[in-house]
Amino acid sequence: MEVKLLTQRYDNPESWTLAAYEKAGGYQVFKKAFAMDPEQIINVVKESGLRGRGGAGFPTGMKWGFVPKETDKPKYLCVNADESEPGTFKDRDLLTKDPHALIEGIIITGWAVGISHAYIYIRGEFGVPYYRIRDAVKEAYEKGYLGRDINGKGYSLDVTVHRGAGAYICGEETGLIESLEGKKGQPRLKPPFPAVVGVFGCPTVVNNVETIQAVPWILEHGAEAYRKYGTEKSPGTKLFSVSGHVNRPGNYEIELGLPCKTLVHDLCGGIRDGKRQKANIVGGSSVPVLTGEEADAVHLDYESCVEAGTMLGSGGMIVMDEDTCMVWALAVILKFYAHESCGQCSPCREGTAWIRNLVFRLESGHGTSADLDKLLSICDNMMGTTICVLSDAAAMPTESFIRKFRTEFEAHVGAGRCPIRGKSSHFLESVH
Amino acid sequence: MQPYQNPNLDIAGRDACPVESMGHAVRFSDENQKRFAELLTRYPTKQAAVLPTLWMAQEEFGWCSTEVIEYVAELLDLPPSHVYGVVSFYTMYYRRPMGKYHIQLCTNISCMLMGGETILECLREKLGIGLGETTPDGLISLDEVECLAACDIAPMCQMNDEYHGPFTPESVGQFVDQLRARGK
Ligand SMILES: Cc1cc2nc3c(=O)[nH]c(=O)nc-3n(C[C@H](O)[C@H](O)[C@H](O)COP(=O)(O)O)c2cc1C
Ligand code: SF4
Repeated sequence: MEVKLLTQRYDNPESWTLAAYEKAGGYQVFKKAFAMDPEQIINVVKESGLRGRGGAGFPTGMKWGFVPKETDKPKYLCVNADESEPGTFKDRDLLTKDPHALIEGIIITGWAVGISHAYIYIRGEFGVPYYRIRDAVKEAYEKGYLGRDINGKGYSLDVTVHRGAGAYICGEETGLIESLEGKKGQPRLKPPFPAVVGVFGCPTVVNNVETIQAVPWILEHGAEAYRKYGTEKSPGTKLFSVSGHVNRPGNYEIELGLPCKTLVHDLCGGIRDGKRQKANIVGGSSVPVLTGEEADAVHLDYESCVEAGTMLGSGGMIVMDEDTCMVWALAVILKFYAHESCGQCSPCREGTAWIRNLVFRLESGHGTSADLDKLLSICDNMMGTTICVLSDAAAMPTESFIRKFRTEFEAHVGAGRCPIRGKSSHFLESVH
Repeated sequence: MQPYQNPNLDIAGRDACPVESMGHAVRFSDENQKRFAELLTRYPTKQAAVLPTLWMAQEEFGWCSTEVIEYVAELLDLPPSHVYGVVSFYTMYYRRPMGKYHIQLCTNISCMLMGGETILECLREKLGIGLGETTPDGLISLDEVECLAACDIAPMCQMNDEYHGPFTPESVGQFVDQLRARGK
């Protein structure tokens, strides 16, 4: 069921204010951290098993450990608050309801890694979440939690909230770095990894909002307490944003390893109008789709999701009922990737537009059965051939939709129109 | 295969319309000059201030015209072509004047599952304009956008910096009426 570690303060009135956060015991953990050796903190985070919550699930303590200790360059932290993976809206609430916990997480991370300046890169569309975190940073400066010589420890840390301006690719860590440097957000080749050469040519840690926000809890209660939740390899809790055809969409903080069935049918109240779950994309639109039956069998931890042929991703779960046309759903998803490809790599730039066009054509009933194999072959060429994984993020869902719902695609070819919705999408025609 | 080519979209499907002139030079207000000076202290390079400076400029001047781009380039010692590249890469810098109320309807998967297509039809009909257009009185602009991280209130839209949803065909009509009542 729900386990509220990161969301424990959500119900406090005015939870976003400094006063409320302090009243709930906030800004105490960083003092404990300051009494520890930075290396010790990194070890606690390593032992906790915390993994990145932005999508890739990389072990956080290990990432921090890659930052060179001996360097005369400044070190930077980029907090990834770009939250653009379709279906994901958890960071929005963390920023809106508990911004000071993020700041405390930044202070602890900063102390552990030796960060001199942290940038919170927040998507430009966010209004309220932006105002909240901007104001919280100001409050924290005024109170002396940020700035020079924090708590008389001789450690100085600056935090700047930096607004993006509408581009999914700036959520990719090196796209984010390029964007922060004042350029188009076009991802960089790796290596070198940001931990060694990141923003402004300096060592940089990039972490998701939820990841950083878990740090104060872990430091306060210890690695062992954190590991009591979740599974051996996926410890702790994770926020899931559930949307689509469920009765109670919203953010749910659950123990990793919870059966997906419990989340969808109990916490979210099941499928609306008592319908059947036809499909479920468990980790944001970039991961392979599961059928309803597969989703009901999967457990929500990193390993179980991989075993089931998908990924936990960002935890943006999109649920579809029995009336959904899967060809139409894929067309809508592919419209997004074609729009968001940054254009640097040919397989991605050409591929995302091409597969979108093919699926649009199938949706309209004008496709051919040869299109399906062509799609699979294009997808094959789009995977593992590009600078970043946006290309894979378009190809993987496509491949899975066709493999799992092939008869539906073929029915469109046979009928010459959409046999499920009766007509083809007027909207998709209009954006062609 | 040659289907589905919109002449206003480039190959990646981005809006490829050119920048336009406002017809007059621009200069930050005294207050924004101060904010700009503060901004520069937050970054180790001047170039890093491009996005926030463009945000300030768009707030003050309404949209990113040729003059705005040239002004920002001059402030930051950058070639105007660099600033133009940035403006055209991101979707939130406007290259045309916008209505006072900018409705951006989400057309990504969760909103579409919850009836976003119908809401779009309602908006088009009620406003009498299509996507990328502004009502003749200059009050309301309509656009579609990708996922805004608010799928729990699908189908939803952004109106300036506010989020609104979930909409029904009735409530979206009332929403437009309210905007019209707020007026200029
Ligand atoms: C196309 C693309 C988009 C991404 N968007 C986001 C995002 O919006 N937010 C995020 O935290 N991570 C996003 N990521 C993952 C980041 O690259 C990076 O792995 C993450 O921010 C690292 O933080 P973590 O280890 O705490 O998860 C994206 C990755 C790709 C390839
Ligand atoms: S894979 Fe696509 S989004 Fe990523 S760098 Fe290449 S073109 Fe850009």
